[in-house]
Formats: sequence, C-alpha cells, structure tokens
Amino acid sequence: MDSVVQLQRQLVDYSAQLFNEGFLDDQFNQLQQLQDESNPDFVVEVVTLFFEDSERLLDELAKALEQQSVDYRKIDAHVHQLKGSSSSIGAQRVQKVCIGFRNFCEERNIEGCQKCLQQVKHEYSLVKTKLETLFKLEQKILAAGGTIHWPM
Amino acid sequence: MESCNCIEPQWPAEELLMKYQYISDFFIALAYFSIPLELIYFVKKSAVFPYRWVLVQFGAFIVLCGATHLINLWTFNMHSRTVAVVMTTAKVLTAAVSCATALMLVHIIPDLLSVKTRELFLKNKAAELDREMGLIRTQEETGRHVRMLTHEIRSTLDRHTILKTTLVELGRTLALEECALWMPTRTGLELQLSYTLRQQNPVGYTVPIQLPVINQVFSSNRAMKISPNSPVARLRPLSGKYMPGEVVAVRVPLLHLSNFQINDWPELSTRRYALMVLMLPSDSARQWHVHELELVEVVADQVAVALSHAAILEESMRARDLLMEQNVALDHARREAETAIRARNDFLAVMNHEMRTPMHAVIALSSLLQETELTPEQRLMIETILRSSNLLATLINDVLDLSRLEDGSLQLDLGSFNLHAVFREVLNLIKPIASVKKLPVTLNVAPDLPEYAIGDEKRLMQTILNVVGNAVKFSKEGSISITAFVAKSESLRDSRAPDFFPVPSDNHFYLRVQVKDAGQGINPPDIPKLFTKFAHAQTLATKNSSGSGLGLAICKRFVNLMEGHIWIESEGLGKGCMAIFIVKLGIPENTSESKNPFLPKANHGQTTFPGLKVLVLDDNGVSRMVTKELLVHLGCDVTTASSRDECLLVVSQDHKVVCMDAGMPDSFEAAVRLHEKFTKRHERPLIVALTGNTDKVTKENCMRVGMDGVILKPVSVDKMRSVLSELLEHRVLFEAM
Repeated sequence: MDSVVQLQRQLVDYSAQLFNEGFLDDQFNQLQQLQDESNPDFVVEVVTLFFEDSERLLDELAKALEQQSVDYRKIDAHVHQLKGSSSSIGAQRVQKVCIGFRNFCEERNIEGCQKCLQQVKHEYSLVKTKLETLFKLEQKILAAGGTIHWPM
Repeated sequence: MESCNCIEPQWPAEELLMKYQYISDFFIALAYFSIPLELIYFVKKSAVFPYRWVLVQFGAFIVLCGATHLINLWTFNMHSRTVAVVMTTAKVLTAAVSCATALMLVHIIPDLLSVKTRELFLKNKAAELDREMGLIRTQEETGRHVRMLTHEIRSTLDRHTILKTTLVELGRTLALEECALWMPTRTGLELQLSYTLRQQNPVGYTVPIQLPVINQVFSSNRAMKISPNSPVARLRPLSGKYMPGEVVAVRVPLLHLSNFQINDWPELSTRRYALMVLMLPSDSARQWHVHELELVEVVADQVAVALSHAAILEESMRARDLLMEQNVALDHARREAETAIRARNDFLAVMNHEMRTPMHAVIALSSLLQETELTPEQRLMIETILRSSNLLATLINDVLDLSRLEDGSLQLDLGSFNLHAVFREVLNLIKPIASVKKLPVTLNVAPDLPEYAIGDEKRLMQTILNVVGNAVKFSKEGSISITAFVAKSESLRDSRAPDFFPVPSDNHFYLRVQVKDAGQGINPPDIPKLFTKFAHAQTLATKNSSGSGLGLAICKRFVNLMEGHIWIESEGLGKGCMAIFIVKLGIPENTSESKNPFLPKANHGQTTFPGLKVLVLDDNGVSRMVTKELLVHLGCDVTTASSRDECLLVVSQDHKVVCMDAGMPDSFEAAVRLHEKFTKRHERPLIVALTGNTDKVTKENCMRVGMDGVILKPVSVDKMRSVLSELLEHRVLFEAM
C-alpha cells in the first residue's frame, strides 16, 4: 500500500508540474471528468488520436513549407486543425504556438512560418513525452490496485 | 258866350284855388297810379299772397280813381263833350269796381283775420316745442351722465374705488357741495360715515340706524329730500350765515353673497342698506330737479350691483387662494409620502440584503453541519436551528415581497410547470404537520384539470400552501379537504366578487381551488379584515399563534397579479371556513414545451438529458471526440459527422440539437442548408456553434446564418449542461462574449 500512496503522490506532483509549466490546462481536467465506468479509457483514446492527428499534420506542414510556391491557405488550414486539436485536449503550449503560426501565415512570412513549425514540433514532442510518462504512472497505480481522482 | 250845359261856377274861378286843386289832383292821380304799381311789384315778389285777383280788383279801383282825378284836371276849364263823356265813363267804371271791391272785402277780411289767429297759435306751439326740446336735452344729458357714472363705477371691481368714484362723479355731474356715504356697522345698529367727497378722512361719525328719517329713506327705493338739519346731513359745522342747500338721501342696497336668490331678485331676504346723502351748494337757490333725483336713484342701483360684483370677486379670489394653498399642501404631502416610500424601499432593500446574507450563512452552514456526524442531541438542536432560520428567511421574503407587491414592481415568473405536481408537493409538505395535529387532509384534483399550465409556479405554490397552512393552523379537529378544478363560466361569476369579470379564452383557463376546514371559523364581519396587512382576527385561540399576518395579504396580491380573486366564506365562529381562490393560468401549446420531459425546473435542476438526440459536426477528430464524449456524459444520444455533406445526410427530425464547430470552413453553409431542409421551426433541430473566437463578427455571422446559439470554447461539462437546458427551455442562447 505504501507504494500506491507513493505512486499517487508522484502522480500528483507530476501533474501539478505539468500544469504549472503550462503544458496542460484545465481542458485536460475536463477530459478526465468525462471518463467514467462506461468509458474507462476515454482520455487515453483521445490523446492517442491527438498524437496521430498531430503527426500527420506536422508532416503535411513540413511538406507544404518546402514547396516552391507556398500555399498559405493550406498551411493555415492545417495549423487551424492543429490548434483545434491541441485546445481540445488541453495542450496549452502547442495551442499558443499555433496561434503565432497562424499570424505568420496571414503575413505570408515564410521564415516566421518555418520558425513556428520548428517550435510546434518541439512543443509537440515535449507534451507527447510528458503525457506518455503520465499515462505510465497511471497504469502503474491502477496495476497496484490504487485509484485515481482528477482533478488533482 | 254861348250857353252850355255845363255848370258854370257860381263865382269866378280864382286862379290860386284852381292852381292848388290842379296840383292836388295831379298828385292824387300820381299816387293812385303808383299804388297799384307798388302793389303789383310787391305781390310779384311774394309768392304767398293768396288773393291776387282781389288785388287786381283793388288795382283797377285805384287806377280808375286815379283816372277820374286825372280827367278832372281837364274839367277845371272849358272842356269838350268828349272829355265829359270820358269823365263819365271813368266815374261809372270806378263806381262799379269800387262797389265790387267793397263787396269783396266783406268776404276777405274775416279770412285775413283768421290767418292772424293761426299765426299766433303756431307761435305758441313753437314756444312749447322749444320748452320740450329743452327738457329732452336735459334728460339726455342726465342719461349720459348716468352712463358715464355707471361706466366709471363698473370699471373697477374694488369696493373702495367703486364707492369713491361714485361720490366723485356724482359730485361733479350734479355740482354738489357735499356727498357722503353712510355704511352700516357690523352690528347693524348704527350707520357709520365711511366716505365723503370733500373731507379726506371722515372722522367716523355714527348715527343710530333707527332714526325716523333713515327709516323713511330705507323704506322706499326713491331718492328723497330730507331736511338739512337731520343728523345724517349735518356733516359740517354750520356757520349761521348761509342757507344750507337742499339735501337728498337715497338707500343703496348692500347685497351679500348669501342673499342671492335668483328667483326673487331684487327681493332680498336680509336687507342691509347704506345711505347716500347729497347736498346742493348752499346759498345757490338751486333746487333738486326730478331728473336729478332719477339720476341719483339709478346711480344708487348701479352702485349696489357693482358692490355685489366686487363681493363675488372677492369670494372667488379667496376661494382660489384657499385652493392654491391646499394644492401646495397636498403636493408637499405627496412629496413627503413619496420620499417616505422611497426611504422605506431603500431601507427594505438594504435591510433585506443585510438580513439575507447572515441568514444565508446560518442556513447554509447549518445544513452542512447536518450532513456531518452528530449526536442525536446535536442533531435535534441543528434541526431546530434550521427550522427557525428557514422560518425567519420566509418572513424576510414575505416582507420584501409585500413591499415589492405594493410598489407594483413584482412581476410573475411565468413558465410552464406541472400543475398536478404542485398540489402533490403541497400535500407532501403539509401532511407531516397535519398528522401531528391528527387532521386528515384530502386532495381532490379534477380529472379535466390540465397537467401542465403556464404561470408562476413558485407563487402559486406559495398561495396554496398559505391557504392550506391557515386551514391547518386554525383547526383543532375535523378534516381538511383541498379541491382543485377548472372553473366554468357559471362558477366564475360569484356574487361575492362583483368586480371580478373573468373572460375565458382559448389559451387560458381558470383554476379554482377550495380549501375547506372544520376549524374555529371566522366571524363574518371580520372576513374583510383578513386580507389586510398585519391585521389578525384576534380571538383567544389565535393569541398564541405565530405569523406576522402578512400571509393572506400577500396571497391576495399574488392572486390579483394572476388576474384572479380570493375570498373566504365562514358561517361564524366554531363553524369552520372555506377559502376559495380562482386564478388565471395559461394553457401550454402542444409543442415540445408540454411534451418535452427535458424541461429543467429550478427546483430539481436538470442534470442529464436522457435520450436527447444530438448531432455533432466537426472536422477535427479530436474535438469531435471530446464534444461527443461531453454529450454522452450528459446522457445524450450522439451522432457524429465530419463534413457538411455527411451532416446533411445523417440529420433527421429526431435530432433536437446540432453542435457544430464554427471554425470549420463549411459550418455556416451547413447551417443554411439545415434551415432549407427543415422549413418548419419545430421540426428543425436547434443549431449551436462552438467557437474559439471571441469577436463580435463571428457572433454576428452565426446569427446571420440562423444559428440558435453560440458557445465559446472551451466547453466544460457544467457549461454544456447549462447550455443545453437553457437552449431547450428558451430555444435560443447567445452567450455573452
């Protein structure tokens, strides 16, 4: 039982850290609230879907920016999608970069866009790692017989 | 000498005598000839002379006479026969004419004489007319004076001016030495000298009113001559030398307002007169003429009228002033009352808030405390605290409600609600208390009473509860029965409510509730007092009862707001009573409003929307999944679509709500297409857009394409819940951005 409590405390600290550093926002808590007995893996499913979607979008963005004549409209549409997804799961930092990305798109600033793309990729990989760690912790707790309550 | 037939003179004609005769005859002839000429000349000149032919005769007579005398001239000496013949002819003619003339004159002279008499007669007539003319002129003068005087007198409505002007004008017109007015004093027993013409300040002589001379003057409306020695005429000290002029006195009726009887004017009920005394100049040998007396009488009348007008004006001015004062006072009182009301309202509002805050704290904390672990003792104490504080809170609410009701600022919260449920709830609330007092309570709801109605549920429940509560409170035994049914037109008009004119219509019905108890009853004369604030029917039994006495007053006001009527019937003390009220409720339409079981009620708070079919339209997989899960969590039956076309394919009449992501490129077009697909409003699902944009443009665009609502992302569970409930209740939701 001590390990469960310890693991739980670890989870609490870790999630607090994620919130403090702005990786996640309240939307993530909302998602957790939607998870219940009828849908026990909801959050994992959504986040997995987010990862798939985002990777696809990032590939498309990279391809689009390499073109000779850059189609800013298409880029804007992709970024918009990414922004929507990230805000839906509460990936705050990714969402913020997307907003900046869209501004550069409007200005048709190719360098700005490229810089933003790098930033987005960076943030995305960060939040992905963090979330994966979080989920591993949760699984450990569940395997040890403990329970998890959101919000922490 | 030959002898001739002529007569020879006896003596020899003396030359002188002959000469003189000769000359005289000549002049006579001349005269005789010239007189007719003169006559003719002058007659020709005058046109009037009527006897021309007489004149002709006369002329002829004179001419012939002259001729005779002329011919005589030739007879002095020897003359021939012709001359004699001519002479004879002339003489004969002369004789004839003169005789004729003489005869004519007999006729004429009486005529001429009568002309003379006529002339004299006419002269007399002329003199008489002259006199009369003089009289008329005098009268006209008098009339003019009267008019002028009247004009002067009547041109002012001020009493003093009237009287002063009268005296001045009279003095001027009639050239009086002195003119005085004696007014009766307040007591009516004396006459006081009030105004004089010459003296500036009358010194206030008084004479008793019962003097014979005064009575004489007062008894007739004519101006009378009085002795200059009478006390009213003795205005100046008499210095023995001069003869005082003639004095005339006339009465002036003083008309008091209360004397005005239109039918018997000028017969006056109470007669007060003033005395006007006029004195001719002394030593002037002038006499009062009739026309002057008439003038004085007329003036006196006019003065009376003018004074009465002045009196009326005074009265009306006084009345107007009084009214103005009253108006000012009333206005002041009104403003004070308004200030008082405002002060009271402010006080109530403040106190209400101040009172509610701690009340809220007490109630909230007590109920929280109730949830924790308590010993039975503590639990009892907490329950008592809670009950008392709830009672206090109700009291505060009552007081505030009443004050708001009185201001007319209270408005009913109309909404659709379950009528039957209201009665059941009342029954549930009252049953515990009634069973403690061992009073059976029965509820009888008519089968034709609609299940749902539109009205103010909370206040209707409050009213029913109050009435039933009173029944329970004032009964020691017996049963209490509550009946509720739809009032038909016969039962609507009640003789006890003559002002109540219910008008049934298609979308309203009248609910009639009767609560009968077998308690202590009420004295019929006390029944009206029941509905007045703070009044209690004070009997021994109720002395200990609680309640501020506001309940029925508030109920009455609620019932009135609901366009109804409430009254109580009781046969007397100890005979129980029946409280009856009728209120007007709306009939809900047969749309989703009545059949919709998703109506959230403030009392229960809709937490789930079981079976509500919702369509989620979003091209972003993650968002779609999240939104879907939100709705599933709230119990909805969710279908998803990722494009506009898919949405239009999948949507059906069963979907009540469509949640679409406004960031999607075709979301607006989807909304438009949805409108096209479902033309009737109640078939179309409600369209709600979820957007992360906070600007007005987005909102306006959404409204333009016909969305029913816009919600700002991120959407939490609670937000989605409240949004759905508000959407379903009001069919529109536009969150403030």
